[in-house]
Amino acid sequence: MAVSLGINLQPPEIEPAMLRFILGRLAVLIPTFIGVSIIAFAFIRILPGDPVMLMSGERVMAPERYEQISRQLGYDRPLPVQYFDYLTDVLSGDFGNSIVTRRPVLDDFLTLFPATLELSLCAMFLAILIGIPAGVFAAIKRGSAFDQTIMGTALVGYSMPIFWWGLLLIILFSGTLGWTPVSGRISLLYFFPPVTGFMLIDSLLSGQAGAFKSALSHLILPSIVLGTIPLAVIARQTRSAMLEVLSEDYVRTARAKGLSPFRVIGIHALRNALIPVITTIGLQVGVMLAGAILTETIFSWPGIGKWMVDSVFKRDYPVIQSGLLIIAGVIMLVNLAVDLLYGLINPRIRH
Amino acid sequence: MKKKLTLAAALTAATVLSGAASAKTFVYCSEGSPEGFDPGLYTAGTTFDAAAHTVYNRLLEFKPGTTETEPGLAESWEISDDGLEYTFKLRPGVKFQTTDFFTPTRDLNADDVIFSFERQLKADHPWHQYVAGAAWEYFNGMGFPDLIESIEKVDDMTVRFKLKQKEAPFLANVAMPFASIVSKEYADKLEADGQMQTLNQQPLGTGPFEFVAYQTDAVIRYRAHDDYWGGKQKIDDLVFAITTDASVRYQKLKAGECHLMPFPNAADVAEMKADPNLKVMEQEGLNVAYLAYNTTQEPFDKVEVRKALNMAINKEAIVDAVFQGQATPAKNPIPPTMWSYNEAIEDDAYDPEAAKKMLEEAGVSNLSMKVWAMPVARPYMLNARRAAELIQSDFEKIGVKVEIVTYEWAEYLDRSKAKDRDGAVMLGWTGDNGDPDNFLHTLLGCDAVGGNNRAQWCNEEFNDLVLKAKAATDQAERTKLYEQAQEVFKREAPWATLDHSLSVVPMRKEVEGFHQSPLGDFAFEGVDLVE
Repeated sequence: MAVSLGINLQPPEIEPAMLRFILGRLAVLIPTFIGVSIIAFAFIRILPGDPVMLMSGERVMAPERYEQISRQLGYDRPLPVQYFDYLTDVLSGDFGNSIVTRRPVLDDFLTLFPATLELSLCAMFLAILIGIPAGVFAAIKRGSAFDQTIMGTALVGYSMPIFWWGLLLIILFSGTLGWTPVSGRISLLYFFPPVTGFMLIDSLLSGQAGAFKSALSHLILPSIVLGTIPLAVIARQTRSAMLEVLSEDYVRTARAKGLSPFRVIGIHALRNALIPVITTIGLQVGVMLAGAILTETIFSWPGIGKWMVDSVFKRDYPVIQSGLLIIAGVIMLVNLAVDLLYGLINPRIRH
Repeated sequence: MKKKLTLAAALTAATVLSGAASAKTFVYCSEGSPEGFDPGLYTAGTTFDAAAHTVYNRLLEFKPGTTETEPGLAESWEISDDGLEYTFKLRPGVKFQTTDFFTPTRDLNADDVIFSFERQLKADHPWHQYVAGAAWEYFNGMGFPDLIESIEKVDDMTVRFKLKQKEAPFLANVAMPFASIVSKEYADKLEADGQMQTLNQQPLGTGPFEFVAYQTDAVIRYRAHDDYWGGKQKIDDLVFAITTDASVRYQKLKAGECHLMPFPNAADVAEMKADPNLKVMEQEGLNVAYLAYNTTQEPFDKVEVRKALNMAINKEAIVDAVFQGQATPAKNPIPPTMWSYNEAIEDDAYDPEAAKKMLEEAGVSNLSMKVWAMPVARPYMLNARRAAELIQSDFEKIGVKVEIVTYEWAEYLDRSKAKDRDGAVMLGWTGDNGDPDNFLHTLLGCDAVGGNNRAQWCNEEFNDLVLKAKAATDQAERTKLYEQAQEVFKREAPWATLDHSLSVVPMRKEVEGFHQSPLGDFAFEGVDLVE
C-alpha cells in the first residue's frame, strides 16, 4: 500500500470493524437519550415556579380552580407517574401540547427549526469560510504581526457578548448606514406559503422578484453575530493543528521532494490538520444552538432558541421538556455523524 | 386545513403583488407572540391586541382613548330596576367576515352572543374544553361563574343576562376582550368538521380586520373587513411584525420598517422625542405600584407607623431612578386616568424628620423589617430591586433597618398572600376594565384578605363604601362613593402608593387616528397613514 495521505475518497465498504463501531455508537445513544429525558423532565420541576400559578399573575386564583387546572393538566399526579407517561408518549411519537399555545410541541418545533437551521448553517458556513484560511495563514506566518492580529481578533470575537455585538451591528449597518434590514427573515412585502421552511429556498420557489435578495440581506447580520464565536474557535483550532502538522516528518519530506508550498500546505498538511478541526466544528453545533437563543431574540428570528426561552419564562413544561429532548437528540445525531465521519477519515479510531 | 391556508396565502401574495402600489399597509412592531387567537382562553395583553381588538367586537366597546363604554354589537341595553337583569338589543345587519377559510351565510344574532358566553360558563358545553386544559381564566377571574344566573334569548336580536347579585361593573366587564363575540355558525362548522382547535388558530368575527395568516413567532397578517359595521378601515392591510427586543423595535421604527411600537426603553424616549420623523404619545397607564404593609402584624397595625413610613419614602427619587421620569408618583390607589380619581387628596409629604418623630411618638424604636421586591419587571415597576434599595436607604434615615427579600415570581405571588407573612410587600396592579371597583374592591376589599389584598386590610368604613358603589348603577353616585373611599384609604394608609408608570407610544409621524388606550390596549381601528 502506497503511503496514503489524506482522506480516502473511495466509497467505504462497511467492514466488520466499522459496523461494530457504528453499532457501538448507536448503542450509547439509547442511555444518553433516556438520561437527557430524565434531566429535562426533572430540571424544570426543580426550578421554582409553577405554570398554573403563573397563568394568573397578580390575579389571585382560587385554590379550587388551581387544583382543577392542575388536574386537567395532569400535574397533580406523582412525578414518577408523570415521567413514565411522558416517556411512553414520546416513544410513541407524541411530544405533548404546549400549555400556552395548546399546539402540539412537535408541530411548533418543525415550523421553527428550519429557521434556526438556516441561520446556523449560514453562520457555520461563514465561520468555516473565514476561520480555516485565517488559521492556516496565521500558522504559516507564526509569530508575525499578521498572526498576532488574527489571534487577537479571534480572542476578542470569542469573548464578544452576543447581545451587545448584535445591537452594535444593527445600530451601525441598519440604523446609521441603512445597508441591511433591522430584523426578521424577509421584507414584509413578500408573503408566500412556507414550503421547505428555508427562506432562501422558499423565496426562490415563490418566483417573486426580489424575494431571494431580501431573504439573503436579512441573513447577513444574524449570521455574522452567530458565526463570530465558532469562527474564532475554528481559526484558533486550525492554527494549532496546522502548527503541529507542519512540524511532522512527512511534511518535511514533501517539502524536500520539491512540491510547491501550495501543495504541501493546502493538500498534505491541511488535510490532516482538518481532523481535529472537524471535531471542533461538530462541538460548535451545541454552542451555536446556545448562541441562537440570543441571536434569535435580538433579530426577531422565529427559531427554536427564542421559542425555548419564552417557554422557560412561562414554565411551559411540555415545550421545555420535549424541546430540550428534541434539541439534545439533534445534537446527539450531529455528534454521531461527526464520530462516523471521523472514523471514516481516521482508520485508527475504528480499530 | 393546510390546503386552505396555502390557498389563502397564495391569494394574498397575488394581491400584494398586483395591488401593491395603492395598498396601504400599516405595520405594528408588536412585543411578543400571541398565545392563541381565542381571547376567551387567555389573559395577556399581547394576545388581546392580536386577537380581540382586530378580529372581534364586544357587546359594548371602550370609547377609544377612554375607560368609558359605548355601544358595540349591542345597540342599546336596559337594566331592570332591581339591577339584576341586563337586556341587550343587538345591532341589526352586522356582518361576519368573509374569508378564504369561511363564508358566513347570516348576520350576527342572539345565538352568537349566547354561544360566546355559555362556552365559558357551562362545564358541560361542547366547547368548554375544546382545547385541553381550557381555563377561561379571565371569565373566572372576573367572577362571572358566580355572577351569571342565566343567559336567555328573548328574540333573534335580544339577549337577557340574569345576575345573581347586583354588579355595576358588569357593563364594563362585557366590553373586555374575553367577552368577544365569536360566530356560532363558524364554530358549528368547525365542530362538524372535527376541527374545533382551529377556532384558536383561525379566528373569525365581526371586527374591523379579518385574519389572513400567522407565521409562528414572526408575522401576523390582517386585511380590512370590507363589510365592517363601523365602516371599512382606511388602511388595507395590518401587519404585526413580532419584535421582542425594545432596542430592536426602536431601530425598526427609525428605519421605517414599522409605523408604531409599544413599550420603548425608558432611556430611548428622549431621543425619540427629538427625532423629527417620529411622534410620541404619553399617558399614565392604568396601573399602580404599591408597598403593602401587613396591617394585622405588629407594629404595622398602627396607622401612625404606616403613615410615618410612607412619609419617609422619596417617591420622586424612585420615579427618576427606575423610570427615568417615565412615571408619576402615586397618591391614590387608582390611576389618574380612571374616573372617580380623587384629585383633592393631598399626598403625605416626603419628610424624614417628621417621620422619625412620628415613629418615636408611636413608641416604635429599633424597628427592623422586611421589604419584598418582585424578581421580575412589571409595567408598574420596572426594577423592584432598585426601588427596594432606595426604600431601604430612605427607611434607614429614620432608623428603620430593612432586609430586602425576594422569591421566584410564582412563589412570590403565592407567599405574599399569606395572612401571617411579615414586612411590606411590593406589588402592583394593571386594571382590567377601567372600573374603580377593579382596584378598590379587588385589591383592598375585606373578602380579598388572604388573596389580592396583600395588606390584609379589612376596614369596615372603606369596605362598606366600595360594596355600596358596586351595587349602585348610577355613575354619579358611584363616583362620590369611590372618592370617599379614597379618602379613607389615605387616612388609614394600608399601602405606600409608589407610582403610576407612563405608557409611552412612539410612532412614525405619518400615523394618524391612533388613540392611546388607558387600558393599555393597542387597537388599530381608525388608524391611517398620511404622507
